[in-house]
Amino acid sequence: MSAETTPVDAGTLAQRKSKEPSFAEKFRKAFRGYPSAQIGLIGIIIFVLLAIFAPLIAPQDPYDQMRLDILDGLLPPGSKLGDGTVSLLGTDALGRDIFSAVLYGLRISLVVALVAVIVGSIIGVFMGLLAAMKAGWVETLIMRTVDLKMSFPGILLALMVLAIFGTGVDKVIFALIIGAWASETRLVRAVAMSELKKEYIDSAKLAGLSDMRIMWRYLFPNSISPVLVVLPMSISGAIGTEATLSFLGVGVPITEPSLGLLIANGNDYILSGKWWISIFPGLVLVGLVLCINVVADRLRDHANPYLRGKD
Amino acid sequence: MLNFILKRLAQSGILVLVMSALVFVGMYVVSDPIAVLAGEDFTEEDRRVLAQELGVDKPLIVQYVNFLGNVAKGDFGTSFVYNRPVLDLILERLPATLEVAFMAMFIGLVIGIPLGVYSGLNQKKPTTKAISFMTTVGYSIPNFWQGVLLIMLFAVWLQWLPASGRGDTTEIFGVGWSLFNLDGLSHILLPAMNLAIYKICLQTRLARSGTQEVMYQDYMTFARAKGIGRDRLIRRHLVRNILIPIVTITGLQIGSLIAFATVTETVFSWPGIGKLLLDSIHNSDRPVVVAYLILITLMFVSINFIVDVLYALLDPRIRYT
Repeated sequence: MSAETTPVDAGTLAQRKSKEPSFAEKFRKAFRGYPSAQIGLIGIIIFVLLAIFAPLIAPQDPYDQMRLDILDGLLPPGSKLGDGTVSLLGTDALGRDIFSAVLYGLRISLVVALVAVIVGSIIGVFMGLLAAMKAGWVETLIMRTVDLKMSFPGILLALMVLAIFGTGVDKVIFALIIGAWASETRLVRAVAMSELKKEYIDSAKLAGLSDMRIMWRYLFPNSISPVLVVLPMSISGAIGTEATLSFLGVGVPITEPSLGLLIANGNDYILSGKWWISIFPGLVLVGLVLCINVVADRLRDHANPYLRGKD
Repeated sequence: MLNFILKRLAQSGILVLVMSALVFVGMYVVSDPIAVLAGEDFTEEDRRVLAQELGVDKPLIVQYVNFLGNVAKGDFGTSFVYNRPVLDLILERLPATLEVAFMAMFIGLVIGIPLGVYSGLNQKKPTTKAISFMTTVGYSIPNFWQGVLLIMLFAVWLQWLPASGRGDTTEIFGVGWSLFNLDGLSHILLPAMNLAIYKICLQTRLARSGTQEVMYQDYMTFARAKGIGRDRLIRRHLVRNILIPIVTITGLQIGSLIAFATVTETVFSWPGIGKLLLDSIHNSDRPVVVAYLILITLMFVSINFIVDVLYALLDPRIRYT
């Protein structure tokens, strides 16, 4: 009997599998009919491509001090430089092409935020799973630390870390990681707690699997989706915080200027009417954050079953 | 209830102690005050004397205990840069920060609530869509960049308002305030507006969702059935009911306003405690940084403590968890 049914079952299973929408299909469905979210998505792709191919697109290497000419300094957008090329967005006091500087700055802003959010999320997810698995003092310790972290505004916490450890790219990333993990921990723990009550976890326990194996093989894949939904929001938050810190002069060093530091440099020239040094990096920063936020809003609404099919 | 308060108080106390230890140890491990203070012509002997004067030649734990003892007496040490007691420096600048923070909160409420109520009442109108888009944009623009744009627009192009500084202050009870004279007011307007934009967005969203909820309550239908006019209905019945959560959240936002004031104060060279912190970080003025961080921790822990106790008073379930 069983020998006969098995191939039939396998057949229906395969059929069912093919009906399950693929990740790409789900992704397309989330954005269908939402033009602003589509524009946001396209914007993100453009910004990422610009950052990746910055060395190929930029007319000038902004880090190469030898090629900068002080005579080209503070030229408005569209001016002709000493070597005959046209500077699309103008130059700063050192004669650095703003367009090139913005491309490289975009690169640094994106890398810092991505590294911080990814590492922070990994720590956050691990802590959340651990807190859900291990009741008792481990859970109390983790969740109390989360409460403590959440009671401080992110910018203040980052300022604290940088005030203590000093500035630099690595320290900014460290400060952003400290700011990023806690909300993920809270989220993952809540999901994992409800997953832990389900039968497949009981069966895994009865099969004699170790806690760590249950955590990684069963709990982790089933608790991860809410984190993926909030990930874009975390990234745009990290980009904003990094820009703020660098603007305040406690972020990235002058040798690796992010968008925030470029705005700060231009800020000194605003009162004398040289608006382009500060405005263009700012526009790119705002455009990037806005695109990510629009997409993040869409993903969040799409993941929320109460809102699905409304508005 | 008393049990709950005492437990929370103890937790808060431990928290402040732990944070102060972290800040203190972190600062003292990472930076060396002798290196900051000593001139280039200092000999080994000079350095030793200086270390003795500052008390940094003793073991870390002894330094920390001494520091806590002094703090208990209200002595946070002396600033390396200003050569004055740190507490005086901070207290002197606190009014400027509080002033701009409360002004921002006021602007946020006065602009945000009407916008939110309007959006809640007229959900389909294009103006509502525009307001909703503006709040998304407002959230997406980093605080400091809003400040830069405000300066560019109102100080450089229109030349209506000054770009930086605090201007004239009026002495009241020995403290200078900007709010009571025209020059001071013109100086406070831009920083307060900068700090208020996030709050306007927040209040608009809160007021909108509150309005949408309250609008369909039975007492609103009843009031309408009584024949109460639209204006009176909104003012007496709707706004009063949506104000409760808004006021609660606004109170909680004081802390975040003071935290974000560091950014605004730097953009507008506003002489408050936030700018003091950043200047001190740049100048490696360790006593000021340590004192600021510990005081701000104390402030946040106090706010959280008060909120926890208030919630426990309102919701008995919390007391037993």
